[in-house]
Amino acid sequence: MNTTNSLLASADWFPLVLSLKVAAVATLLALVAGVALGWVFARKRFPGDTVLEAVFMLPLVLPPTVIGYAILVAAGRHSPLGSWLREHLDYSIIFSWHGAVVASAVVALPLVLKSASAAFANVDRSLEAAASTLRQSPFSIFLRVTLPLAWPGILAGTLLAFARAMGEFGASLMVAGSIPQQTQTLSMAIYDAVQAGHDDRALLLVAVTSLLSVTVLVLSNRFFSLR
Amino acid sequence: MRPLRLLSLVLALALPLAAAAQQITVSAAASLTDAFKALGPKFEAVKPGATVRFNFAASGVLLQQIAQGAPVDVFASADQETMGRAAEQKLIDTATRRNFASNALVLIEPLRGGAGVRSLQDLAGPGVRKIAVGKTATVPVGRYTRQVLEGAGLWSALEPRFIQADSVRQVLDYVARGEVEAGFVYRTDAAVMGDKVRIAFAPAAAIPVSYPAAVVSDSRQKALAGEFVAFLSSDAAREVLARYGFGTP
Repeated sequence: MNTTNSLLASADWFPLVLSLKVAAVATLLALVAGVALGWVFARKRFPGDTVLEAVFMLPLVLPPTVIGYAILVAAGRHSPLGSWLREHLDYSIIFSWHGAVVASAVVALPLVLKSASAAFANVDRSLEAAASTLRQSPFSIFLRVTLPLAWPGILAGTLLAFARAMGEFGASLMVAGSIPQQTQTLSMAIYDAVQAGHDDRALLLVAVTSLLSVTVLVLSNRFFSLR
Repeated sequence: MRPLRLLSLVLALALPLAAAAQQITVSAAASLTDAFKALGPKFEAVKPGATVRFNFAASGVLLQQIAQGAPVDVFASADQETMGRAAEQKLIDTATRRNFASNALVLIEPLRGGAGVRSLQDLAGPGVRKIAVGKTATVPVGRYTRQVLEGAGLWSALEPRFIQADSVRQVLDYVARGEVEAGFVYRTDAAVMGDKVRIAFAPAAAIPVSYPAAVVSDSRQKALAGEFVAFLSSDAAREVLARYGFGTP
């Protein structure tokens, strides 16, 4: 018991705080983009809509290393975007926690997108039609009719996205690196601890991560069954 | 089953086993990647019927794998410390341990877009935002780097700028991509990516980098593994190692 106490007391909680921060920001970005795209794919038909939706769903099935490499190519030092950002704004997402956010948002987006798309498709169109006869603007209909009916499904997807963002490892490691006290998230800290043979620290971090993920999943299930 | 069919079946099952009987797995430090890949065919030519498989990673990571029971026959590390730890944990046959090569620590920068670093003190300048170093817990080059920088009294001052890499090759990759302004690798690694990195200088107080190799205690191919370790000191092997920039032990 003494070793556990001293382990907890001297534990470095930065990875936990950073993981929560990165996952929160990434989920927020994924939520905004996912709801917007989900609405478009649920309500609109245009040429190539299934292909486009598949492209946005790709991060769900692509290996994390592919996603990490794609971000490096798109935003790295020698890329058009990366070099522009570096020159004009003295900014880079590589080796910064912002990079971890980008990687996590990319992998979390499909989860929100799918749930939002399904939730919007399930909203009774006649209710929206009724609202428009009452002279509500399309945006007002969305806010006051569609969204309130769709939010349990969207929330369930968002919680899944949060859990996915918390657990993001491969892509964020390639883009942000595992810099202690700067970009080292929970999963990276576990990886480093195992590699260095610090099994007690690894076990503690694994326990914390598992507890968090299970909690998020249980909450998500509650909202899924609310629909 | 007809006798001929039965014989074919037995042979088909036995041949892979026979092939495995002459195969060794060598876990070698990441900096040895190119040189060892060239040494593999040379060893196989000298010992017909033998095959060598390689596994490259940071020496500390390889040690962990062996400690966890990885089926490895030879361990070649980039520093004496890691091999010492292996000996302490009784993971290697100490009688077979011998040094086979040496290397030098260098500071590299991207070929284009480097900060023009000329001395260790320049690393503290404004042009150098990020410096790639190996993780000191598991990567020998990271420890050599710390020794050099601590000797110059710069380690703590530069710590906020470090990007810690999993292996010397990852340090090389970070510099080659231009994501960091400087990195510490071995001279042999800088030569591998001469088109993307250039050596800024070799730190004056560099500690001799010495590579030991040994047979793993739990190896199932002790004899062949011992021959590979001995082969590393042969003239043929020395010639290949020298071609890649390694020095004598």
